[in-house]
Amino acid sequence: MVEEIGTTEQGDLIINVGPQHPATHGVLHLVITLNGETVKKVEPHLGYIHRSIEKMCESLSYRQFIYSTSRMDYLSSHINNHGCALAVEKALQLEVPGRAQVIRVLMDELTRIASHVLWWGAMAMDIGAFTPFFHAFREREMINDIMEETCGARLTMNYMVPGGVMFDLHPNFYGRVKAFIRQFHKKLPEYDELVTGNTIFRSRTRGVGVLSKEDAISYGCSGPTARASGVDCDIRKLFPYEGYGKLQFEQPLATEGDTYDRYMVRMHEMRQSLSILEQLIDNIPEGDFQAKTKAVLKLPKGEFYSRVETARGEFGVYIVSEGGTTPYRIKYRSPGFSNLSALDHVVRGQKIGDLVAIMGSFDLVIPDIDR
Amino acid sequence: MTNEELIARLQDIDPSISVDAGEWPNAHIEATAWPVLAPALRLCDELAFDYLFCLTCVDWKTHLTMVYHLTSTRHRHHLVVKSKLDREAPSIRTVSDIWRTAEFHEREVFEMFGVHFEEHPDLRKLILPDDWQGYPLRKDYEDPVNMIKL
Repeated sequence: MVEEIGTTEQGDLIINVGPQHPATHGVLHLVITLNGETVKKVEPHLGYIHRSIEKMCESLSYRQFIYSTSRMDYLSSHINNHGCALAVEKALQLEVPGRAQVIRVLMDELTRIASHVLWWGAMAMDIGAFTPFFHAFREREMINDIMEETCGARLTMNYMVPGGVMFDLHPNFYGRVKAFIRQFHKKLPEYDELVTGNTIFRSRTRGVGVLSKEDAISYGCSGPTARASGVDCDIRKLFPYEGYGKLQFEQPLATEGDTYDRYMVRMHEMRQSLSILEQLIDNIPEGDFQAKTKAVLKLPKGEFYSRVETARGEFGVYIVSEGGTTPYRIKYRSPGFSNLSALDHVVRGQKIGDLVAIMGSFDLVIPDIDR
Repeated sequence: MTNEELIARLQDIDPSISVDAGEWPNAHIEATAWPVLAPALRLCDELAFDYLFCLTCVDWKTHLTMVYHLTSTRHRHHLVVKSKLDREAPSIRTVSDIWRTAEFHEREVFEMFGVHFEEHPDLRKLILPDDWQGYPLRKDYEDPVNMIKL
């Protein structure tokens, strides 16, 4: 049961943040127990945007179920789709053409940059700086235009299909991506000048909301949230898929695990993604963009698990197949769900004013948590 | 550790475990063996399964199966642990004290499948409303209002 708003017997104040609150970036409901200004406990209540995608997928075919995952982590929709496509390909032992693989990686990295850019603007806004949000949207708009031209959509792209991608690249793609690379190289140092070097920003984030390495592992954290605590957990590095093994990029790691480190890891990740784009944009092989597949896909009996690295961390797709055209059971391991479970542990003992900064650095996307 | 060594090591701990080889070894255990096996998997130096990356349940109509996906951040090996549960009164020991991430995942399985996790610190509904009736992810769940049959 939700506690009633008011004071407890010990004189602690219980307040609700959300489900409608600008700082939760979605319908997250937190019940916070406060002792003065100090947070004693944070209890998330989920489900305000639960659509039971896992149950829905049980009656969708292996071509249809991919699209529902765009609606989970809508900022990493390409990468979610990618995870599903990989699971189906693994089950069917389907070979993806070289051109399709490169297109997929390019799209994944563009998505990662778009997601991190939005996070950067939103995080600064959470802390009280409004200007960065507009700078962030300027660059994000360029990526959205690239997506719109090739995939036909700006947010829920649904571009990945089992065996490749849905269409070939638009002729303008090369020019637009190159223009974006040039622009982003110029703008990233501006981002640092605007926020990273700011004294107020540093004093509000350094040493705030520390997550230790052991706790990050135990809470199942992944992505930049865990890497800021020093856990090397990048699926692209550890279990390379789709040619990531051949690319030159680094996995930024930090040691402190505070809000500032979570911020810095994402800033470095944008540079790494940019470098991947540079390596691939002039080396897209010719050939098919899709392998030949049957119109109706039938998976063999068995269990298939695929893992991909989204902008938020490890996304897992667990398919249990009974050999038909629809899955028997699907479980989506969403990174946000596990990352959120560490929030209570991290904010205990912190000041209420820092809660929003800590939450911002976790980069929570609520539909990804609720599924 | 290779999969063969891993399987041999598991059977040293508990000879009654049956293991299928595959991409990742699948260990089939009794629910009663879990309270002993789970800490052993976490604490044994050679195994060191410290990262529970997926916890879920599958309804097989005759029984439920709990599925735990484990990996080790030190050795990078994987293990899938499965345990059959009685569908009428499913119950298994919680692992939220061993892998903290299990606390939320088990609450989700509790409300969606009706599995009772013994000694769980806070076994309440997490996603569904407090007054929700039934277990939506079970195969025989019917909701005449919200479910659209395709």
